[in-house]
Amino acid sequence: MPETPLLQLEAVHTHIGRYHILHGVDLTVPEGELTVLLGRNGAGKTTTLRTIMGLWKASAGRLRFAGADITAMATPDIARLGIAYVPESMAIFTGLTVRENLVLATHTGQFDSARLDAVFALFPVLKTKWHDAAGGLSGGQKQMLAISRAMVEQRRLMIVDEPTKGLAPAVIEHLIGGFKTLKASRTTVLLVEQNFHMANSLGDSVAVMDDGRVVHAGSMAALAADEPLQNSLLGLSLASHQ
Amino acid sequence: MKRDLTPWLILPIVALVTLPLMTFSTWVTLTIAGAAMGMMLFLMASGLTLVFGLMDVLNFAHGAFITLGAYIAVTTMGRLSGLGTADSLALNLLAVLIAVLAGAIATGAIGALFERVIIRRVYGSHLQQILITMGGLIVAGQLVIVLWGAQPLQVPKPATLRGSFLVGGAAIETYRLVAVALGLALYAAAHTILNRTRIGLLVRAGVENREMVEALGFRIHRLFVAVFIAGAALAGIGGVMWGVYQEVVTATIGDEMTTLIFIVIIIGGLGSITGCFQAAILVGLTTNYIGYLTPKLALGSNIALMVIVLLWRPRGLFPVAKQ
Repeated sequence: MPETPLLQLEAVHTHIGRYHILHGVDLTVPEGELTVLLGRNGAGKTTTLRTIMGLWKASAGRLRFAGADITAMATPDIARLGIAYVPESMAIFTGLTVRENLVLATHTGQFDSARLDAVFALFPVLKTKWHDAAGGLSGGQKQMLAISRAMVEQRRLMIVDEPTKGLAPAVIEHLIGGFKTLKASRTTVLLVEQNFHMANSLGDSVAVMDDGRVVHAGSMAALAADEPLQNSLLGLSLASHQ
Repeated sequence: MKRDLTPWLILPIVALVTLPLMTFSTWVTLTIAGAAMGMMLFLMASGLTLVFGLMDVLNFAHGAFITLGAYIAVTTMGRLSGLGTADSLALNLLAVLIAVLAGAIATGAIGALFERVIIRRVYGSHLQQILITMGGLIVAGQLVIVLWGAQPLQVPKPATLRGSFLVGGAAIETYRLVAVALGLALYAAAHTILNRTRIGLLVRAGVENREMVEALGFRIHRLFVAVFIAGAALAGIGGVMWGVYQEVVTATIGDEMTTLIFIVIIIGGLGSITGCFQAAILVGLTTNYIGYLTPKLALGSNIALMVIVLLWRPRGLFPVAKQ
């Protein structure tokens, strides 16, 4: 495992109301890598991402980002440290145009033309829909917009929650291409994904969650090569999802 | 996504359908009077729709800001009697403008205090919001009586703004034209801020999804407070204009408007300034037209209008996307 972790969770517990969801999550996200968070539905993946963003507060444990303790920080402060969040719902502002959605993700209200060109190169459809209301985009286009919103300004970490959920295979392939471009630029990404083909195509490292804990952490290549381990951790094999 | 233009046609349709049912001069008089009433309703209601849309706060004490605005008009216009009684339209308008500014500043300041002391404690709970703001409304009403007394007070309407003038046989009240002009100016300002500035963009985004705005790095609570203050100030301006128009102010002047204001923001679509503007004028026009054509139906016309609009568009004329 190379380099210092950019993000580190130590024994993180999260309660939502009276429900105890995370039971001591330990997770490291190395800088410059794409880390995949796998696990069954209800394992605690989305809660982990929301806890990192401060949208739900950790009731115990510690979260560190780039050396800073972010455990008790407010969400806007965490975001301003350079963390972009793409939630499972995409959270596109449907009443705003594509342009307005992206301009909100810039801190100055001005686009960096080079980054905007990169976004358009990755998702050309956004250029053609630039002044259209985001509510009129297809599901795949909304996902592209949500990811672009995280890319339109330089971020140190992108947290993406199940970007392929409900999307057509052709759109998923397009998104995989987009993430490969991000990987090539050494952008650090923490990706929750249930699509094992995508996880295997992109992941450098992997953490598997079950019942609110990380039960396995290692390289994606090692997990992909070990079918019995896949079966024991996930109840299925990656090969069956190629 | 194609823009739905249907709601924009309602006002012209309502106005044109009633034209054959009366003489042209009567129609002009009723239409301008209805539009003026609508503008004052818009001023009083716009803050409430923004506060609900962005903050998800049901503020039943909104009427207290209207009442306070009306009493500020009593005090200000009383002290500016020199300007108000002068035989000069410019000086008379200056008196109204000073009262409007005083009303906005006073209610904005009280709004800031109200948000800090009362509203901030009940974010996220509609039941608590209803209970505590109803309580706030009662307390505010009693404080107004303590400060200004329980007797109705006269608001001296400026000399040149009294009465009406004739245009082609139609009688047009001067003060109503002032209300139309001010309402249009404030709507244009609100529309420009919401649609042409970064603050407005954040407000519109916050109305849809507060959490995501925070996840993008913006402290939405500061925006909440600013919007609450602006909403209270707009209600105060509406109260000043309504108080001067009525010429008599009581401690329940704001409470009496509350039902009508809720009808306006529901018809318009909660959270929509454009919807609030259109709905306020629609309510003003239909009240006047029905009051003239079938006076016995006038009392229930606003409720009937709301029911018809909601049967057609359950989330109002200009629904705001919310996640």
